[in-house]
Amino acid sequence: MSAAAATIRAVGRTSRIPLPALAAVSLVLVTASLLLVFYVAPDDANQGFSQRIFYFHVSIAITAYACFIAGAWKALRLLWKRDPRADLESYVAVHQGLIFGTLVLLTGSIWAKISWGHWWLWSEDQLVLFLVLFLFYCAYFMLRYSLEPGPQRENLSAVYALFGVVLIPVSFAAIRLAKNLIHPVVFTLHGPNFGGWMLVTYCVAQVAMLVLAHTLYRVELAGKRLDVRLKELKEVLA
Amino acid sequence: MSYARDVGALTRKDLLLELRARDTLPAMLLFVAAVFVVFHFALPATPSRLATTGLLWVAILFTALLALGRAFVPEREQRMFDGLVLAPCDRSAIWLAKSLATLAFLAAAEVVALPLYALFFHRVGGATVLAVVLADVGICAVGTFLGAMAVATRARDLLLPLLFLPLAVPIVVGAVGGSVSHAPGRYLAFLGLYDLLFAVICWASFEFVVAE
Repeated sequence: MSAAAATIRAVGRTSRIPLPALAAVSLVLVTASLLLVFYVAPDDANQGFSQRIFYFHVSIAITAYACFIAGAWKALRLLWKRDPRADLESYVAVHQGLIFGTLVLLTGSIWAKISWGHWWLWSEDQLVLFLVLFLFYCAYFMLRYSLEPGPQRENLSAVYALFGVVLIPVSFAAIRLAKNLIHPVVFTLHGPNFGGWMLVTYCVAQVAMLVLAHTLYRVELAGKRLDVRLKELKEVLA
Repeated sequence: MSYARDVGALTRKDLLLELRARDTLPAMLLFVAAVFVVFHFALPATPSRLATTGLLWVAILFTALLALGRAFVPEREQRMFDGLVLAPCDRSAIWLAKSLATLAFLAAAEVVALPLYALFFHRVGGATVLAVVLADVGICAVGTFLGAMAVATRARDLLLPLLFLPLAVPIVVGAVGGSVSHAPGRYLAFLGLYDLLFAVICWASFEFVVAE
C-alpha cells in the first residue's frame, strides 16, 4: 500500500510553471514567429520567398535534437539514479523528438523540391541524417512496445535512447564523409551571415518551437501520468 | 585476470556448441554464396567495381545479421540466461564472449566469402581486407548487444534488423569508403573510432540489458 502510494506521489509530481501559462506563451510565440516569417523578414537575395521555410525547418530540426538529447538525459538519470519518473519522461521526450523529426523530413523535402526540383536529395546531409534517426527512433518504439511494462522495459528503452545520442554525431560524421556538401551553410565561424530582421525572426521561431515542444511534452506527460495514476489507484482499490 | 578467464570459458562454450551442432556457420556460408549468385543476376552484365563492392558489403551485413540473430538462441531455448546472469562473473563478460564467438563465425564465413567474391566479380585489395576486419569488430560488438536486447522481446528475430541497421549505417559508409577510395586512411580511421566508441558503450551498459 505504502509503495503504491509512493509511486503515485512520484508519478503525480507537479512542475514549476503551470501548463495553461506555458500553452499561452507558446501560442503567442508561434503566432509572433508566423507574423515575422511572412510579413517582416525580407526575401532572401538568392532563393527569394521560398527561403522563408528555413525559419521553421532549422528551428524544428534543432528542437528535435533537443528532444532526443532530453530523452537520453532522462534515460541516463533512470540508469544512474534509478529515478522512477525518468522512464516515462524519457519516452515522452523521444516521442516528441520523433514528431519534430518527421516535420524536419517534411519541411526539408518541400524546401528541396522548391530549391532543387526534387522531393528527395541524398546530397542533403541533414535530411539523410534525419532519415537515419527516424528509422532508429521508430525501432525504439518497436522495442518498447514489444516488452512488458517493468524494469526490463525501462532499462532496454533507456539504453537504446542513450545509443541514439551517440549515433547522432557519428552518423553526421559518416554522412559528411560519404557525400559532398551542398546544403546552404547559414552559420559560419564568423557568426551568422544574415542579420537584422532575418536573425530576429529566426531567434523568435527557434524559441517558439522549443517552447511549443516543451508544452507538448508536458501535455503528453500529464496524460501519461494520469493513466499510470489511474492504474495504480485501480490496483489499490482492487 | 579472472575476467579474461571468464570470457575465455564463455567463448569456448559457444565455439564448442557450434562445432558440435553446426547450426550457424554452414547457414552463413550457403547464404553468402546464394546472395552472390542473386547479385550476378540482379546486376548488369559487366558490373563496375564500385557496384559490386557496395553489394559485397550488403552481403556481409546480412550474413552477419544471420549469425547475430542466432547468437542468443541457445541461451533462450535451453533457458541458460538466468544461469549466466547468476554466475559470479562480470556481466559484460557475457557480451564480450558472445561478441568474440560471433566474430569468429563471421570471420570464418568471410574467409570463404571474400575469395568467392574475387572469383565471381573483382579482385579484393588489402584496404578491403582491413575494412572487413574493422567493420567485423563493429558489427559484432553492436550486433551482439542488440541481439541480447531483441531476444528479451516478444518480437525477437523480427526486431534485430530494425534495431541494428540504423546503427550500421556509419559502418557501411566507412567500409565502402575504405574499399573503394584511393585514400582509404580516413575511412578506416573512422571505422576504428566507431568500433572503439561503441565497444566501450556496449561494454559499460550491457549490465542493464540482462539485469531483471
